[in-house]
Amino acid sequence: METNTMQDTQYIQFFDGGTEPTLAALGGKGASLVTMTAAGMPVPPGFVITTAQFDVFMAESGITGRVHALLAGLNPDDVAEVDAVSAAIRADIESCPVPADARAQTLTAYAALQSRFDEPVPVAVRSSATAEDLPDASFAGQQDTYLWLEGFDAVGEHIRKCWASLYTSRAITYRLKNNIPDEGLSMAVVVQKMVNAKASGVAMTLNPANGDRSKITIDASYGVGEMVVSGQVTPDNIVLDKVTLALVAEHLGDKQAELVPDPATRRLVEREVDADRRARRCLTDAQLTAVAMLAKRAEKHYKCPQDIEWALDADLPEDENLLLLQARPETVHSAKPKATPQPAASTPTAGGAATPGFSWGSIKLTA
Amino acid sequence: MSMKSFPKPSELPVPAGAEGWEKLYPYYLVFQDKLREQEDAKFWFCDSQHWPTVFKPFETIGGEFAVKCLGQYNARHLMIPNANGIEFRIHLGYLYMSPIPVAEDQIAERVPLFEERVGYYFQNWPRLLEEWHRKVRGTIDEMEKITFAKPPAVVPIGDIHSGKAMDGSEVLLDNYDRLIQLAYQNWQYHFEFLNLGYIAYLDFFNFCKEVFPNIPDQSIATMVQGVDMELFRPDDELKGLAALAVELGLQPAFADTDDAEGTLAAIQASPGGEHWLKRWDEAHEPWFNFTVGNGFYGHDKYWNEHPEIPLGYIKDYIARLDAGQQILRPVEELVAEKERIVEEYRELLDGDILAQFDAKRALAAQCYPYVENHNFYIEHWTMGVFWRKIRELSRIFHAEGFWNEPDDLLYLGRNEVRDALFDLVTWWGVGAAQPIGPSYWPEEIERRRKIVDALKTARPAPALNTPPASITEPFTRMLWGITTEQVQQWLGEGEAVDGGGLRGMAASPGVVEGPARVVTDADQLSEVQQGEILVAPVTAPSWGPIFGKIAATVTDIGGMMSHAAIVCREYGLPAVTGTGSASTTIRTGQRLRVDGTKGVVEILDAPILEGPGAHSHEHGENLQEPAHA
Repeated sequence: METNTMQDTQYIQFFDGGTEPTLAALGGKGASLVTMTAAGMPVPPGFVITTAQFDVFMAESGITGRVHALLAGLNPDDVAEVDAVSAAIRADIESCPVPADARAQTLTAYAALQSRFDEPVPVAVRSSATAEDLPDASFAGQQDTYLWLEGFDAVGEHIRKCWASLYTSRAITYRLKNNIPDEGLSMAVVVQKMVNAKASGVAMTLNPANGDRSKITIDASYGVGEMVVSGQVTPDNIVLDKVTLALVAEHLGDKQAELVPDPATRRLVEREVDADRRARRCLTDAQLTAVAMLAKRAEKHYKCPQDIEWALDADLPEDENLLLLQARPETVHSAKPKATPQPAASTPTAGGAATPGFSWGSIKLTA
Repeated sequence: MSMKSFPKPSELPVPAGAEGWEKLYPYYLVFQDKLREQEDAKFWFCDSQHWPTVFKPFETIGGEFAVKCLGQYNARHLMIPNANGIEFRIHLGYLYMSPIPVAEDQIAERVPLFEERVGYYFQNWPRLLEEWHRKVRGTIDEMEKITFAKPPAVVPIGDIHSGKAMDGSEVLLDNYDRLIQLAYQNWQYHFEFLNLGYIAYLDFFNFCKEVFPNIPDQSIATMVQGVDMELFRPDDELKGLAALAVELGLQPAFADTDDAEGTLAAIQASPGGEHWLKRWDEAHEPWFNFTVGNGFYGHDKYWNEHPEIPLGYIKDYIARLDAGQQILRPVEELVAEKERIVEEYRELLDGDILAQFDAKRALAAQCYPYVENHNFYIEHWTMGVFWRKIRELSRIFHAEGFWNEPDDLLYLGRNEVRDALFDLVTWWGVGAAQPIGPSYWPEEIERRRKIVDALKTARPAPALNTPPASITEPFTRMLWGITTEQVQQWLGEGEAVDGGGLRGMAASPGVVEGPARVVTDADQLSEVQQGEILVAPVTAPSWGPIFGKIAATVTDIGGMMSHAAIVCREYGLPAVTGTGSASTTIRTGQRLRVDGTKGVVEILDAPILEGPGAHSHEHGENLQEPAHA
């Protein structure tokens, strides 16, 4: 592993840089990737542009002051005005120069990442917010994500787009209505080697339909996972037993389209999936097992139900092509106590059957 | 909603030559014209799991004793609130069963009785089970002592002096009656703990299904099953003998194990042979009271009477040891995997639910080993002695010209045998020229033999009449794997398997491909080759030695708790049970893909069948002769 030992980790932190990940510096996604990498999970390599870089950019370019002025007295119910303010702030963030020192560090990091590969690799750029600033935790995955970027200019441009996403109309309105101050608001950005996904999706270490934690639920579709996450395709939906990984239920989705890299234009294009591939599950049994085991590993590591994004990289050999893109705590059911379904009452009736846990009441329900 | 139905008994064609088959069996075992309306209103499923072959008249004893005694424990001993026993009939030579529900308004009053009785057993399990072993061994010991001999030609003078005033015929009659009674006695004992084992299991099963919705049945079974069970001891003995033979360099003596006498003589003559033979003799009692059948048929062969069978298995094991293979079951891995599974499910629970889970699992795990182990004591050991004694008796008749073949007694009902005995002792007692039997039975037996052979040309219907909308009776689901989905599958309404294939129960996990070996009779077991997939109407637990050789198992009938399912899980082999028609659809040599995790069997080189809905499941009968043709 090549690390830039002299590089200050104030503005840049590599996933495998060995530094302590903090939410404040790396945002939720960034901290998670660093933690997962440290735990030995198969995370595509990359680095995080820390909140400190955002902060210095905002301060030195004078945007902070302009933002305060624009937000002062803004009526969150005035949709048109909020939209105008949002557009103005975002344009400001996307056009101001980044301080030279910070920019140089990002450039060095990008070069260091590229130097790990024989040929230049495309990268993904994703925002990594510090959770409190978001409309709600479940929207974490819907922060900005830019795929298949090549060359530093494109990367730099999209880092700023991520920063700008803090000021979407929706985010501004949310903060105003909930009295969340703008002071201390920050944003980290993740730059990560792009996965050449032949199939991808999400996996939860519970059944979201009923909160049953003895299941793993997998959504999987062809190509890059954005179409699954954003709901543009109906993925295959598979429920596995978490302990034995036996198939409990599967429903084949339509999977009518896939996002795949187009070698000619060097961009990600949406392509129709042919009838044959649509009609069959996009994962083999072995791949399904591998995804489930990865999800279990993430849950074991974080000690709470997880919602992961994964992908099968077409460029890697079959037994090491499964990559973990993201892991975050599942938020809907996790707050509830462990076994949600309550079994039938098991109180022994008269007659004196004092065997622990056993009575007619507990068995009369036939499967 | 109109429900698809199975044929009514009267709609099933009688195979040519089997006309008049009803009279082979006692009146109470066949469907009655006068009860047709009532009988046709009930749903009957065929138990080809225990009785895959047509009953000869005497052999109904096993079906009668077993199913009667099972029922009495539900209905009279344990007072299971919602389930009485099972009615049974023989139709066209096969056994059909219909569970008897308890009327809704009687369920509540049975609950306290049930809880008291079942609770008592669960709390006193070790003592009562020890007692059970004593009772069962006592029965077997007494049975073993029974002998059959023609009364003496001259009453001994001592009997004259003592005024005994008996001619010895009473001993023959008593011994026959006693043998039947002893068999009946152990069949009553058989179910003393079996239903309880299932109840404890079902309790844990339903609990798991509630706290882990849709948990695979396999996971639940794995959590309570014993790994080291007495039922596996006979096979383990053979493996030990094979290892000892390799250690002593006795391999050359096993060249032709079909010649058991020659093989044992060659071992005797080899250095170390004495030592090996000592181990061989020690293994016999009781572990060679073991049949390649299932204990329900007079033709079942037992190891202790057919040494060529265990010697052949040992030869196979020796060959595999010499080839560097591992022949022992991966016991440590199975135990570790079981512990992992239990622990991971436990981690998903806490508080009171976890405490309940632990209590129920402990109870099921305490009771469950009986469900398999009893099989050795009754089906193998008791019935092995029983059939041996019956053959002894048959030979007495045969010697007097009552029938042409030594074992033809099996063509008489057990009460007809008593008539024949009285015929015999009357002839002998009065000093007449000959008994009546020799002029009656040979012709009658030939007539019956033809009928039985004709019945064997047809496989049983999986079920009769209209199934209920849903099948909820616990034992039906557990023991026979008769579920609503399974019944739909049999009716051709289930989900078809892509590309032709069969669906059944996901009985033991794993996926494997290999060539099929269709075995419809235990005698074909020697044909099974390494790596083949065993396809059978049903397997017997005693087929143990071949489970180390095969890659997977597919059966026509049986649920999660069928023997094939349990043994496959023990051996870590994939299994799909209850496919309905695998043994008639699949041909030996066809390449199969068995997915024991999903319960699907694909026939990889199935012929392409034309037409809509043409998958091999429905066209299987065209592919080969009926199993028993």
